Amino acid sequence: MRETMNVILAEYLPLVIFFGIAIFIAVAIMIAPFLIAPSNPDPEKLSAYECGFPAFDDARMKFDVRFYLVAILFIIFDLEVAFLFPWAVAFKEAGVYGFWSMMIFLGILTIGFIYEWRKGALEWD
Amino acid sequence: MAEFWTDYGFPLLIIIVQSLGLLVSVLLVVAYLLLADRKIWAAVQLRRGPNVVGAFGLLQSFADLAKFVLKEPVIPAGADRIVFLLAPVVTAVLALSAWAVMPIDDGWVVADINVGILYIFAISSLGVYGVIMGGWASNSKYPFLGALRSAAQMVSYEVSIGFVIITVLLCAGSLNLTEIVRAQDTQFGMFGWYWLPLLPMFVIFFVSALAETNRPPFDLPEAESELVAGFMVEYGSTPYMLFMLGEYVAITMMCAMMTVLFLGGWLPPFDVAPLNWVPGVIWFLLKLCFCFFLFARVKAIVPRYRYDQLMRLGWKIFLPTSLFMVVVVAGVLLFFDLAP
Repeated sequence: MRETMNVILAEYLPLVIFFGIAIFIAVAIMIAPFLIAPSNPDPEKLSAYECGFPAFDDARMKFDVRFYLVAILFIIFDLEVAFLFPWAVAFKEAGVYGFWSMMIFLGILTIGFIYEWRKGALEWD
Repeated sequence: MAEFWTDYGFPLLIIIVQSLGLLVSVLLVVAYLLLADRKIWAAVQLRRGPNVVGAFGLLQSFADLAKFVLKEPVIPAGADRIVFLLAPVVTAVLALSAWAVMPIDDGWVVADINVGILYIFAISSLGVYGVIMGGWASNSKYPFLGALRSAAQMVSYEVSIGFVIITVLLCAGSLNLTEIVRAQDTQFGMFGWYWLPLLPMFVIFFVSALAETNRPPFDLPEAESELVAGFMVEYGSTPYMLFMLGEYVAITMMCAMMTVLFLGGWLPPFDVAPLNWVPGVIWFLLKLCFCFFLFARVKAIVPRYRYDQLMRLGWKIFLPTSLFMVVVVAGVLLFFDLAP
């Protein structure tokens, strides 16, 4: 048991090292100009860009609720995809029973999708 | 001590050398794809494109790197400093680290994990955080609105990409990218690769990849006339460069995904004498460049979409079509008993 666990974890060691090297490269590029480039900030340079005008009001403002709705829809469908992954890999083993189980699951989600569509959650105007 | 070296030291060293080698070659490929992108764009518009630095402008990307490093880094007064600087690093690191599981030849892969494609799917989903963090931390209106648009666009097309990947998995029967390429190694040569049997999914994947990486014609987040440069407005110097680098690495990643999932990875078009002498890496690179050429041509030729059209295409056309195709592919595999 312990041995197999170690083998599985050993597969992921290169990932961790790869991640570490990628972080090192990105941070090195990031820090470079702070060390060698000139820096003489002034209040105008540091103010938020708004086409040359002084900023009108706070940038943490209200935004359209549709973006929120899209995020919720995304979570539902992305979870659905996550459920499909193991099913797709074990498709042969799951056989006819597995196929129809997933069809029922997809059917229920499709009903929800049609409901959203009819309610106008997908309209942008 | 000798035992320590043979058991842990050398394997570790090999992994580090492999990782560094792959990362450096990815960055080099990206540097030249960037140049190719500008050259193709220029050629379509009957311009010359960059041609001053080095012969034919071959050193342009490196000159750009030097320029970015020597620019003054500006952090806006109202910005959330830590998140502001973290966002580009997150974008670049996530884009680069997806390459760890990409097989560029038979067995040439840094981390040959069983769930390779799930890993890529997860990492590319996280990419949206860089955008949101950058837009929010800038504390300015253009970046904020640009980040919202970018995020909504990226998540919308992520769903159809997921369904497309599912159809490939159904045909290949494995999450391991090497196994997916091997499953395409049939006696039909290039006509056995999944681009032909799954042609509609290939098209959906290509268009979704354009939208997912904010490429033209779907580059609405940086629609110059309204939001200037989207979530990157307040960035300059290398933080800006890291965003662009992340974007181009992600585009190259999408090209590599298309190569592996649909164009048979490192396999030669036909398993006959002169073609199978060429090493697999060369075939992989050629296919990757072909996919990137398509990306570049689309950028140069197709006019930009409107935002509501973009969302309609994603949610009302691609999502139902790809969902339907999952059912069709699964049904065909079951009915004709073709499942691997």
